[in-house]
Amino acid sequence: MSESTDKIPVTVLTGYLGAGKTTLLNRILSEPHGKKYAVIVNEFGEIGIDNELIVNADEEVFEMNNGCICCTVRGDLIRIIEGLMRRKGKFDAIIVETTGLADPAPVAQTFFVDENVGKRTKLDAVVTVADAKWLKERLKDAPEAKNQIAFADVILINKTDLVTDAELREIEARIRGINPYAKLHRTERANIALSEVLGRNAFDLDRILDIEPEFLHADGHDHDHHHGHDHKHDHSHGGLKHYHDEDMQSLSLSTDKPLNPDKFFPWVQDLVAKDGPSILRCKGILSFKDDPERFVIQGVHMILDGDHQRPWKDDEKRSSRLVFIGRKLPEEKIRNGFASCVA
Amino acid sequence: MTDASTSTPSVIERTRHIAAGAPIVGAHFLGRTAVLVLGEEALLLVPEEGEERRVAVHGGGILSAASDGARVVTGGDDGKVVASGANGDIEILATDEKQRWIDRVATGPDGAVAWSAGKTAHVRTGKGEVRTLEVPSSVGGLAFAPKGLRLAIAHYNGVTLWFPNAKAAPERFEWRGSHHEVNFSPDGKFLLTAMQEPMLHGWRLHDRKDMRMSGYSARVRSLSWTADGGWLATSGAEQLILWPFSSKDGPMGKTPRQLAAFGVRVEVVACHPKQEVIAIGYEDGLVLLVRLDDGAEILAKKPDKVPVSALAWDGAGTLLAWGAEDGKAGTISLA
Repeated sequence: MSESTDKIPVTVLTGYLGAGKTTLLNRILSEPHGKKYAVIVNEFGEIGIDNELIVNADEEVFEMNNGCICCTVRGDLIRIIEGLMRRKGKFDAIIVETTGLADPAPVAQTFFVDENVGKRTKLDAVVTVADAKWLKERLKDAPEAKNQIAFADVILINKTDLVTDAELREIEARIRGINPYAKLHRTERANIALSEVLGRNAFDLDRILDIEPEFLHADGHDHDHHHGHDHKHDHSHGGLKHYHDEDMQSLSLSTDKPLNPDKFFPWVQDLVAKDGPSILRCKGILSFKDDPERFVIQGVHMILDGDHQRPWKDDEKRSSRLVFIGRKLPEEKIRNGFASCVA
Repeated sequence: MTDASTSTPSVIERTRHIAAGAPIVGAHFLGRTAVLVLGEEALLLVPEEGEERRVAVHGGGILSAASDGARVVTGGDDGKVVASGANGDIEILATDEKQRWIDRVATGPDGAVAWSAGKTAHVRTGKGEVRTLEVPSSVGGLAFAPKGLRLAIAHYNGVTLWFPNAKAAPERFEWRGSHHEVNFSPDGKFLLTAMQEPMLHGWRLHDRKDMRMSGYSARVRSLSWTADGGWLATSGAEQLILWPFSSKDGPMGKTPRQLAAFGVRVEVVACHPKQEVIAIGYEDGLVLLVRLDDGAEILAKKPDKVPVSALAWDGAGTLLAWGAEDGKAGTISLA
């Protein structure tokens, strides 16, 4: 994995129209961090900062000619990143701003599907900016907004000054109902430490440390998150409301019994091949029988990436955990399939 | 030279070594002067006799280059289309009003030049008239037909064929997927594209018959026709792949010839302008010359782990230039 260190990190910025993406982008570019960013935007003129490396993108989503409907890539991004690489050394990282209606998946898949892009850059994280006041409405009427929440590694609940504390907790609960694994931040005018949005390594297999759901941090309701591995995310905590989203859910599987790799890999490959269109993201830490090393996987729709990560520590509980975020996930089928992979 | 198995004939000792100082993204010849296209800002002119010379052509990255033998035309991320001569004179042929990237350029007959920015393709005729055509998606490749002023524009889901001087509506050749480099066979009968997937697609122009040429391990980035147009040499596999085009059916129903397999990917190919010899640049830095009739190999550059990124022959076929991603380059005199 040493080669990944000279790859240029790419942050994908999503968020529904008006949520505050451009505010966040301007903030990133104007802070005195001493770094240079190449910025790929969907429209010129919105960025208030002078930056010679701003590229206009057309958001061209191309299907790969391999019969797989969800294997889409951003054709314009392949072209732009190839072009930017001519100027390697002139910037430290790339930020891709998507339109409010964009699906983040083709952007993410571009980094796994195109060999040339994958050789020179690495996806760092999908950061979604959500409007505290309007997200609730958008989750009802805009599938794109829900997609962006479900896909995110980091979510900024922005414009918190425009809502009451109760409204804020409700919107957090709704987000958690869709994506319990993203890092959540409350912001006003996209005011956030840049280290929370950049350099996250969210797609780096080496950085998959734990995949416990992020519980809601309600004031005065501090509780221990790291109790038993068998608890499920889908019950309420600290008296906070829980929302179950009708069409977008997460599914968490775990077992303390070692898995049989000869059963697990065919199963998971078949699962993403068949149900890939409904699986947005997946992530797992796995313990295989007679294998002294942790195995980690992560995926986007039908694309899976996996590797041995490090030896299990002596004092570490060897258990397997696999999570999916997706649309109308066939829960029973997935649970049964996973259970059948036990060695 | 007693043991033929360990001593491939070599022309390495005839190399003039050049340190270009920046990654090389293309190579061309203007007469006996090698023109190395750098990733950013400049060309490096290497006359057969005399000093190398750096010529500034763009205020940023150089995204594409093509040559008609008289000039090297480049497109940059500064929105400019620049033509450069062997003496270092440059002419700005066009400047994009919005300073959009010039993604692709091509040279055509009688001094015609084409370029694209996003979805827009432009042709500048030899007389200096500029015509513009919008295609449905970003242009992946441009190529002029061997005869007449006709431009092929590759894009998502196909290729548009356009006569810039005619009123006729452009013709569309469709095939699903994203098309990049585009190329006419020298006899003008076939149109080929390299796709985002590791394959080529082709059409026989007179009856629009589709051809799929697959089996590659990577996207095909380099296409070159042998001197007589009988073979199309391609990169993208762990050997040189040659598709037969001498019959009226082209490669339809035929398997390609495979030569010079070393278990290392071919990055760039360049056919000799007169003989059936092909220069091959590999991912590990090796450059080989291969003769088609007997597969004989000549070593032109030893592997050094740096991918070869450019190869070019001069018009006489007695000078070969190579360039690599780390800025090393060389010219080899074969006269």
